[in-house]
Amino acid sequence: MLMSEWLADDANGSGSGYPFGFLDDGAKKEIRRGLLKAVAIPGYQVPYGSREMPIARGWGTGGIQITLSMILPDDILKVIDQGCDGSVNAINIKKFYQSVANVAVTTDTLAATLIQTRHRIPEEPMTAGQILVLQVPYPEALREVEPSETETRRMHAEADYGRMWLFLYEDIVRYGEISISYRYPVTVNGRYIMDPSPIPRWDIPKLHMAETLFLFGAGREKRLYAIPPHTRVEPLEFEDHTFRVEDFGGKSCSRCGATDTFLDEIIGDADGGRKFFCSDSGFCDKRSAAWNR
Amino acid sequence: MEPLIRVRGLTKRFGNGCSRCPESTGPDSETNRCSDCGTVIACNDVNFNLYRDEALGIVGESGSGKSTLVRLLHFEWEATAGRFEISREAGLGEIPGLFNGGGSSRNLLELNTFSKRLIRNALMGIVYQNPNLGLRMQVSSGGNVAERLLGGGWRNIAAMRKRTADLLERTEIPVERMDEPPSNFSGGMQQRVQIAKALSNNPLILFLDEVTTGLDLSVQARVLDLIRTLRREYRLSMLVVSHDLGVINLLCQRTMVMKNGRVVEAGLTDQILQDPQHRYTQLLVASQL
Amino acid sequence: MGYVAVKGGIEAIENACRLFALERSKGESSPLGVDQIRDQLYLAVDRIMGEGGLYAPDLAALAFKQAAGDTFEASFMLRAYRATQPRLSYGLPATTEGMRVIRRISSAFKDVPGGQILGPTSDYTLRLLDFDLLEDDAARRAAFRERIFNDLPDGSEVPETFPKVIDILRREGLLDEARRTEAGQAPPDITRQSLNFPAPRSVGLQAMARGETGGMLLLAYSSMRGYGNIHPTLGELRVGYLPLVVPHPDSGEPYTVGEVKVTEAEVLARFEGQDGLPRFSLGYGVCFGQNEIKAISMAVLDRCSRSERPGCPAEDQEFVLYHIDGIEAMGFCNHWKLPHYVDFLSDLDRLRTAQQIARKEGCHADERMAG
Repeated sequence: MLMSEWLADDANGSGSGYPFGFLDDGAKKEIRRGLLKAVAIPGYQVPYGSREMPIARGWGTGGIQITLSMILPDDILKVIDQGCDGSVNAINIKKFYQSVANVAVTTDTLAATLIQTRHRIPEEPMTAGQILVLQVPYPEALREVEPSETETRRMHAEADYGRMWLFLYEDIVRYGEISISYRYPVTVNGRYIMDPSPIPRWDIPKLHMAETLFLFGAGREKRLYAIPPHTRVEPLEFEDHTFRVEDFGGKSCSRCGATDTFLDEIIGDADGGRKFFCSDSGFCDKRSAAWNR
Repeated sequence: MEPLIRVRGLTKRFGNGCSRCPESTGPDSETNRCSDCGTVIACNDVNFNLYRDEALGIVGESGSGKSTLVRLLHFEWEATAGRFEISREAGLGEIPGLFNGGGSSRNLLELNTFSKRLIRNALMGIVYQNPNLGLRMQVSSGGNVAERLLGGGWRNIAAMRKRTADLLERTEIPVERMDEPPSNFSGGMQQRVQIAKALSNNPLILFLDEVTTGLDLSVQARVLDLIRTLRREYRLSMLVVSHDLGVINLLCQRTMVMKNGRVVEAGLTDQILQDPQHRYTQLLVASQL
Repeated sequence: MGYVAVKGGIEAIENACRLFALERSKGESSPLGVDQIRDQLYLAVDRIMGEGGLYAPDLAALAFKQAAGDTFEASFMLRAYRATQPRLSYGLPATTEGMRVIRRISSAFKDVPGGQILGPTSDYTLRLLDFDLLEDDAARRAAFRERIFNDLPDGSEVPETFPKVIDILRREGLLDEARRTEAGQAPPDITRQSLNFPAPRSVGLQAMARGETGGMLLLAYSSMRGYGNIHPTLGELRVGYLPLVVPHPDSGEPYTVGEVKVTEAEVLARFEGQDGLPRFSLGYGVCFGQNEIKAISMAVLDRCSRSERPGCPAEDQEFVLYHIDGIEAMGFCNHWKLPHYVDFLSDLDRLRTAQQIARKEGCHADERMAG
């Protein structure tokens, strides 16, 4: 559907009473300008006037504002939470989008034009024609070592990252390895240390020199940042303690048999029996459909 | 011989200042505070050179401006006026824009914070009287030393731990205590951790700000002895701030005497102690030695 | 006009109270029934019971009406009422395995034995004003209820009780249990003694169970946002009805006297166990009624108070426990409105004297400059 058709439709009273994409034009422009600045300075957190959404702060308002500032009537949207299309948070957000933009939705990563995600990157590599929007609870990678925003902004401005490296050194001395699991800090384009959002380590390599654009939105903390395509994204590591992804010990998905995806651990019954399933449910669906044919 | 660093007209003022400040403050007025405008002149128009492989002492009482000098040269405080230049021989040629073709650098006090930090990390080490200023008490001692190495771009844990172990050994700290925080150590040991940290990046200049004040005499002696040995070994230039003439005499070939923010006398340590010229220096020497 | 002493205090006060009651009854709207408040504003009632420390829905609804919607005042009234009641007995310690659950979720696992039961929650509502509610009436309500109950799918019944998620971690040895030094002793009663520090855990939990929701949220939020070192995950959140069991006054046998609606939150955070192995430690929160923000905040603060290296206000037990009681806080805040003119006069005197001294010294400086 074209925007002109949607607007004509809406004028006939069939719309929701809100402008297309819920946000007013001023808000959309401001967010898009912020995103352009973010793309121009990879990994740098751009402050912006985050609006209140009908969905609670902490539940994805940053990602939602990015999506709404960009969405067009002919977009095909996929929304996932922890990798799953059917998760309550993803369903809720899709419900909202359909009432204010009525776009087509899909669970197929490769069929979507726009994907919004909480805490995971889809297993199938995305293309140059797609955009991934990530919901971010904590945009500040340095928060672990410094609670003050004034100070962390100075640290980024002066590339004064010694304390973050010191934190990792102490981790290795104490535990024999870096104990950070999700939110693993990365250096973007050789300059800014960035928080990739609470994606597991498994997903970090997908950010490096990718084809697709990654946009990050933190609504409550009011920051936007981006990784443009073909950008270096390097996890902080030492020569003799390199970055490792999670180890699934050779386990496979009980549903589709995959051994190369991030697996969810499900406690089967009250005595603790375990089963493993692909976290990326859309991918798992495709694989098991192919398997069963 | 070219001095390693050249300091001219170094001044630090707290307040707006007025025309009468220079006259109404200083050793003759016996005050740092201008009676007309209330401005405090912490130090005024300080000039000196520091050469490779020499220790320069700065002696005075509180309010003399000696610690202010260190704060300014270590880029902790912004100077009100003055020039601070290093010689090309210091080896910082790779920092862009630092040497505009000359043998001597631009005024370092005018650089941006980023460049100042680079220079500080490459050129300087500092040991404070209060170890809480120089060390992170919640971080392991090895981590404290490693922080400087990390700032200098080291990215190999084993190599950093080896270097740290060497430095701790050199400063007579048991290497097996490397992973303990300095808060577990005695005062003398904490000072030695500071020294290890200060030396980690092979600095050319070491600032020592009242480093043995507050320590027991026997501990003092040990720390001073260590400093003397290290200076010879690493051919360090040192700026030694103290109110104690004994410390100055032990460590420094040349000395500057400061009072109320001005240098009142400067020269060879021996001469100053044996034949002080300025009234104030005479008082100091008489009261201490 | 000559000086007239301020008189007529009692009349002024009585009029102020009357005016307050008058404000509450202005306009053409019909008087609110206490039953309406109890049923339709049930979350306010739950909050007030929790902060007042008294499980009495009708009284809480009455207090809310009387306070014209001010939850601080209403909790205060309930707390004051509680102080007039004799203590008849202490409930026997209970675990929430016996809870009649209406809502139960875990964020730590995708699915858990018994399932993720969302229950009644506003979490997934879109916060868009629903103008249909302006036309609310009995007929609409009946129709709404009918639609829901007619559309119920056939399916298995939801069990009444559920196993605890933390038991899964306990069995794997992943949970660090706080040393049970207080087991077997009667718990201290914070309504009968003042706070001493360091306070045992049960004192902290009691104080927080009747703490003010906003204050607790503020402190827990500061920790979650980064001022603290805890990275919590919600192991389990439950809302339901807990049987209240007391020893029979004569036989001493356990006797169920009723049930209370409570919210319980268990938060997991990484911790270094006594034996040096990393484990999860538990932060525990529980309060009357359905008040999830308070239960979660309480669990986070409980965990914070056991921080190995307290580094922020939320991890400072004294700071937290002294400042989360809503009745104390609002009372003191409001007390600034009491006359303080004697105190102030004393201040004025000091200030004027200090100014005089400063001016005199300034004068001398001017004289020096001139001469």
